[in-house]
Amino acid sequence: MEEVKLYGFGPSPFSYRVIWALKLKGVKYEYIEENLPMKSPKLLQHNPVHKKVPVLVHGGKPISESLVILEYIEETWPENPLLPKDAHEKAMARFWIRFAEDKYPTLNTFFRTVGQDQQLAIKEALKVLQILEDQALGNNKFFNGNTVGLVDISFGWLAYWFDCIEETAGAKIIKSNNLPRLHEWIKNFKQIPVIQENLPSRDKLLAYLKTKREKILSCIFIPNGH
Amino acid sequence: MAATTSDEKLLGLWASPYTTRVQLALKLKSIEYEFIQENLQNKSELLLQTNPVHKKIPVFIHGDKPICESLIIIQYIDDTWTNGPSILPSDPYDRAMARFWAAYIDDKWFPLLKELGGAQGDEARASIVEKIFEGLVLLEEAFVKCSKGKALFGGDNVGYLDIALGCFLGWIKATEIMTGIKWLDETKIPGLVGWAERLCSDSSVKDVLPEAQKLVELYTMSAGLEKGVSN
Repeated sequence: MEEVKLYGFGPSPFSYRVIWALKLKGVKYEYIEENLPMKSPKLLQHNPVHKKVPVLVHGGKPISESLVILEYIEETWPENPLLPKDAHEKAMARFWIRFAEDKYPTLNTFFRTVGQDQQLAIKEALKVLQILEDQALGNNKFFNGNTVGLVDISFGWLAYWFDCIEETAGAKIIKSNNLPRLHEWIKNFKQIPVIQENLPSRDKLLAYLKTKREKILSCIFIPNGH
Repeated sequence: MAATTSDEKLLGLWASPYTTRVQLALKLKSIEYEFIQENLQNKSELLLQTNPVHKKIPVFIHGDKPICESLIIIQYIDDTWTNGPSILPSDPYDRAMARFWAAYIDDKWFPLLKELGGAQGDEARASIVEKIFEGLVLLEEAFVKCSKGKALFGGDNVGYLDIALGCFLGWIKATEIMTGIKWLDETKIPGLVGWAERLCSDSSVKDVLPEAQKLVELYTMSAGLEKGVSN
């Protein structure tokens, strides 16, 4: 059994995607916490192109980009499959995984803004979330159907980080009355033992986000009247 | 347009590199299909129905099942038509490398070419040009690693990365004509220059890639080409 190492960062939801996939498949690994923004020589060696976490190293070979890592994990450890077998269903899963990646900035813009800009950002975020509610999730318990899969893992940050981001930014976007099925998915996702047991400390995350938002806002010119 | 009962349809644009990707994959697997040229200023009902989320091309329709996003379509074709040559590598690590570099091309590198088109001022242009060359150097290293001494990214056969990057060759050559900048410079990226020549002369590829001169004519005619074209 070749050794598996994961380079990650505590508050990063992208690192947790990989942790969840590995744990769901029962893969043993060594976790190495990066002290961002300082980057270790190993991280720079393993991910010279993007210089980011997470990086998975399997038998000495590094793989970067969380979604690439997820597909690698799925193909290397086929037990407890996280993607559908049917080719079309698999294509649909990949579509939503790609959507999760593409829309991540849109869903986070409200964190980086205030006033009218923030209101606009919240409107845009709601449009994306409505698509998830209606078209991605539909009437299923999970994005993958009855059990969690890679799509759920890709959106997993919505189930925990998003709520902390909302709190820090002073906005409430996902509610039980406007996005009931997504709201329910959040509850169900967090109840899965592997997920429940592998989440960052809420207090630490809130503290991290508070500092981050303060830094971002200190760079924004806020005109009189806001 | 004549009615057809083709089980395979491709909605796309002849000039779009993302459409070209799918056409390359279909050619490699010898799959017959009906090509439906879309008009992005007047999107068809079929496009809006089959890609309601993004309303973009390409969309591949197999029977009654639509698949969107060019790289996802290629993987679907590879998973479904297994008798032809395999497009993705068989080894999971090689597959991960192919996916990593395809994502780099789409998320980091090709957007620079698009940015160049809209750049204002010499300084801004020079900065983007430098980044494009830096990206090509990275892709050269990727080629050396992935090809493992063979002719193409996929080794002996046209593979995922050959398609993912090769689809842009028409536009790269068109941009060379329009800017006077030699992107495919053998002093900087000899591996990729050799690869481009070999790929363009491959029988599965040469009739599929759009001609650079035709793309130049199209670009000079309409600035809004990229609107509505998906990855």
